[in-house]
Amino acid sequence: MSDVLGSDYLIEITYLIATALFILSLKWLSSPRTARRGVFAGELGMLLAIAGTLLHHGIVEYKWIVIGLVLGTIMGVPLGEVAMTAVPQRTALSHAFGALCVTLVGTTEFYLRMPDVPRFMMGVLSLEVILGSLTFTGSLMAAGKLQEILPQRPITYKGQNIVNLGLLGVAIVVAGMLVAHPEKTQLFPLIVGIPLLFGVMMIIPIGGADMPTVISLLNSYAGLSAAAMGFVLDSKLLIIAGALDGASGLILSVNMSKAMNRSFSNVLFGAFGQEQTAVAGQQEARPVRSATPEEAAAILAAANKVVIVPGYGMAVAQAQHKVRELYDALTKRGVDVKFGIHPVAGRMPGHMNVLLAEADIPYDKLLDMDEINGDFPQTDVALVIGANDVTNPAARTDAASPIYGMPILDVDKARTVMVIKRSMAAGFAGIDNPLYYLDKTLMLFGDAKSFVGAIVRELGGGHE
Amino acid sequence: MKLDLLTSLYVFMLAAFIGFEVIRRVSPLLHTPLMSLTNALDAIAVVGAIIMAGEYHAHRATLAKILGTIAIVAATSNIVGGFLITDRMLKMFKASGPKKP
Repeated sequence: MSDVLGSDYLIEITYLIATALFILSLKWLSSPRTARRGVFAGELGMLLAIAGTLLHHGIVEYKWIVIGLVLGTIMGVPLGEVAMTAVPQRTALSHAFGALCVTLVGTTEFYLRMPDVPRFMMGVLSLEVILGSLTFTGSLMAAGKLQEILPQRPITYKGQNIVNLGLLGVAIVVAGMLVAHPEKTQLFPLIVGIPLLFGVMMIIPIGGADMPTVISLLNSYAGLSAAAMGFVLDSKLLIIAGALDGASGLILSVNMSKAMNRSFSNVLFGAFGQEQTAVAGQQEARPVRSATPEEAAAILAAANKVVIVPGYGMAVAQAQHKVRELYDALTKRGVDVKFGIHPVAGRMPGHMNVLLAEADIPYDKLLDMDEINGDFPQTDVALVIGANDVTNPAARTDAASPIYGMPILDVDKARTVMVIKRSMAAGFAGIDNPLYYLDKTLMLFGDAKSFVGAIVRELGGGHE
Repeated sequence: MKLDLLTSLYVFMLAAFIGFEVIRRVSPLLHTPLMSLTNALDAIAVVGAIIMAGEYHAHRATLAKILGTIAIVAATSNIVGGFLITDRMLKMFKASGPKKP
């Protein structure tokens, strides 16, 4: 197979153009203005590469290819039309499909070539199927948790990391044995089976708030396994596409782990979701100030500058359209409204931006944590909707706090802070939030959607 | 073979550097579409599956056909679904400014 992909100049040229288009596609994605052109470039590159491949003289039968392409298209269309709120689980599912493809091709490649597989190829092939199969089950588990088919809360037990790393270690040892003795073909099922199990075990301890990091990491693994497949098939196009995807996943994983104040090695070894039960103390009820929708509306209407900080709670309550009505009502009164978005708000990188863009909020009002933090001292009202730990000032001030050092949105520097929250329950990390007890903080207790709706009615806006 | 391998490693390394430089510039605003787009591009693995399912194999032809076809289905659904949803998401990102009638 190794020289087959490179045997025809015409095909190679379609691959070359496709590669250039893929790189341009990602380059154009850097700005919302050119981003859609990027999608077009990607589509064109993909079409060219597939058309080129179909011209391949080694292909003797088209029936199954056509059936596969048609079935895949039929499955792909509904996957492209899911609701925006379902994008995190759809993304996890697509990582699983990508990894499935790579694992199946790798497995078949082994059985077609055995028993005399060259050593180097055996090494790359092992990498391909190990990464592919653990990404397959890991992503299915992540999708199941995000879709709430599986329990979302992390399930942990003693020695979990040792068991998991042990499993992975065994798979790597078996792969090593195969590289040394490629003729021991009966070992091959182990380097598919063990990582499949590892993928499941790896996601069991993951809670919802870890999902942005996990999805990014699985994205990176899927890319690297595809690049390994490129080495096996000697396809430069695949190596490049895999490297791009792997790099993208890696960058996002590093971003996410920084935003959660976890070391990157912690992320690489999949040691997420450690229970942070240590800080449960301090349960005495401290006084908080609460306010009604009328009071909240009056304060917002009198403000010049408002920053809204959304979190996963906004997505759960499906409050983004009400938030848009609030944005419209305030903007009409001449209030300057912006959104401050923490990198790990939601369940995947960029999740909040997509939900707010869907609700028709202009993207130039959606600001990243680093862009908005300087604005809080000049902000009249910071309105926190369904976010908790990412606004906790203890991360800045309390060295004993488990989230100490995590970068946060400095909402406590605004003149008034309003927090929409169902109850005083702690966030995912189980940490009390001192923000709620500040004199300038008003707690707005209730469901995010109905509370924002009530504020909008007070402001005389809304569409119903 | 040895030279091929070395070339492949060079290609991988250069592509990784390009990837880091290009993707670092993608605004956090678009990180979700970035992930769905790279996912669609990654499904270029379909070319390997196509050749596997269509080529002549003296042995284990059935295995290659069955697994190859499933692999084509999985990758194609990523291509179609990935591009569709990326474009749908990007269409939603609008700048503020005077509203057009």
